[in-house]
Amino acid sequence: MIETLQVPSILSESVETDTKLEAKNVNAFFGKTQALRNVSLHIQKNHVVAIIGPSGCGKSTFLRCLNRMHEVAGGTMTGTILLDGEDIHQNDPVNLRRRVGMVFQKPNPFPTMSIFDNVAAGIRLNGMAHKNNIAETVERSLQQAALWNEVKDSLSKSGMSISGGQQQRLCIARALAVNPEVILMDEPASALDPISTAKIEELIYELKKDYTIVIVTHNMQQAARVSDRTAFFYLGELIEYDITKKIFTMPSIKQTEDYVTGRFG
Amino acid sequence: MERHFQRELESIKTTLIKMGSVVGENFAFAIQAVLEYNNSLAQHVIDTDNRVDSLEIEIDNAVIDLLALQQPVASDLRFIIAAQKINNDLERIGDHAVNIAESALTLLKYKKPESLLEIPKMSAATKLMLRHALDSFILLDPNMARSVLETDDQIDELNRTMVSEVIDLLKSEKRFVETDLELIRISRNLERVADMITNIAEEVIFYTQARVVKHHAEEK
Repeated sequence: MIETLQVPSILSESVETDTKLEAKNVNAFFGKTQALRNVSLHIQKNHVVAIIGPSGCGKSTFLRCLNRMHEVAGGTMTGTILLDGEDIHQNDPVNLRRRVGMVFQKPNPFPTMSIFDNVAAGIRLNGMAHKNNIAETVERSLQQAALWNEVKDSLSKSGMSISGGQQQRLCIARALAVNPEVILMDEPASALDPISTAKIEELIYELKKDYTIVIVTHNMQQAARVSDRTAFFYLGELIEYDITKKIFTMPSIKQTEDYVTGRFG
Repeated sequence: MERHFQRELESIKTTLIKMGSVVGENFAFAIQAVLEYNNSLAQHVIDTDNRVDSLEIEIDNAVIDLLALQQPVASDLRFIIAAQKINNDLERIGDHAVNIAESALTLLKYKKPESLLEIPKMSAATKLMLRHALDSFILLDPNMARSVLETDDQIDELNRTMVSEVIDLLKSEKRFVETDLELIRISRNLERVADMITNIAEEVIFYTQARVVKHHAEEK
């Protein structure tokens, strides 16, 4: 039973006009098991949206629905997801995943490639090489990922030769190289030390000037630090979605209040 | 690596300094209004107090944001706590300045007292205390803050002397009671302002040295 402290706040009218991604009545399944139930929300352009909730609540499943990675994992979904007003299921999934990039929990640079080639890989694989000066694009991407100064003199070294935090920023640079519009991050800092985590968080703050970012995190404090809006999921349902400050100072739903204050369970 | 969070802390400090400047100015004007029997200056202090209130709310909201969203620790946490308290103390000094200005207006209704007794001395000392307390916050100078603490006792003593002098005068000759009561009110307000300024100095010491000096805690 969900108790309401007060009427949930209504998001501002500008949400609809600035919407980058929209989920409408999304239900997701793994076989017969339902992982998401009737999720609907708007994600504004150049916003950072954090998705929080206890383990198994559907956070990562929802994230993977946004770039159709959910079906790669053998899942199915009903409902609609719109990118700039267009249904993502009507378009080429490869192109979708270029526009909606993803960064995973465990840094995963291509182990047999150099730092340079890791960033260039996406450009080449997407058939964009002939349009781009690859070296310029690699440098720009590494600059955007706040990694250039640390690796500019060792671009030919293996992508595995750098630290975990640097590898994760390399993965972000790789995603940025193909000019995405949205970046999905699935617990991007959970495997990193505090200093690297702070660098990733500061990077997210900078990147949102140019990109729309959706981040799944089990670290509520991280969600509070980096995001503009926060979505709280529980047992596959979207319980509350609002401005982050509101979620962490006066959430509308008691269940949200219990979760963010650590009284859950 | 400078984080955007540090810029937000700096923004709170800037707004607090601005508030200190506005309150300091209003307090100085209120005293001047009393010493010079200046109606328009007194009215100006009363009319601009809402600016102080607005700044207090702005800082309150910024502090809540930072505590909720950034989880400051160590010196950043001490700063936020000190900033919140200094914010409240400055707003109360602003209120006392308004009280003093209102007393100035009241004094103008009656015959000028022959003497303002200890008020000029108290006013000068309190103004200097406020200047030093605000400077100690801007410069993060705990030694300057400690010098402010030492002055508060003098203000308390002057207030007691003031009350005693007025009582003696009231007993000894025909006095305009209304005027003398306003003098005591002004003295009490100055004494309360000195207490608020002492609080500010204590918060600066807490922030810069992580030492609690209020209620003579260090002596225990």
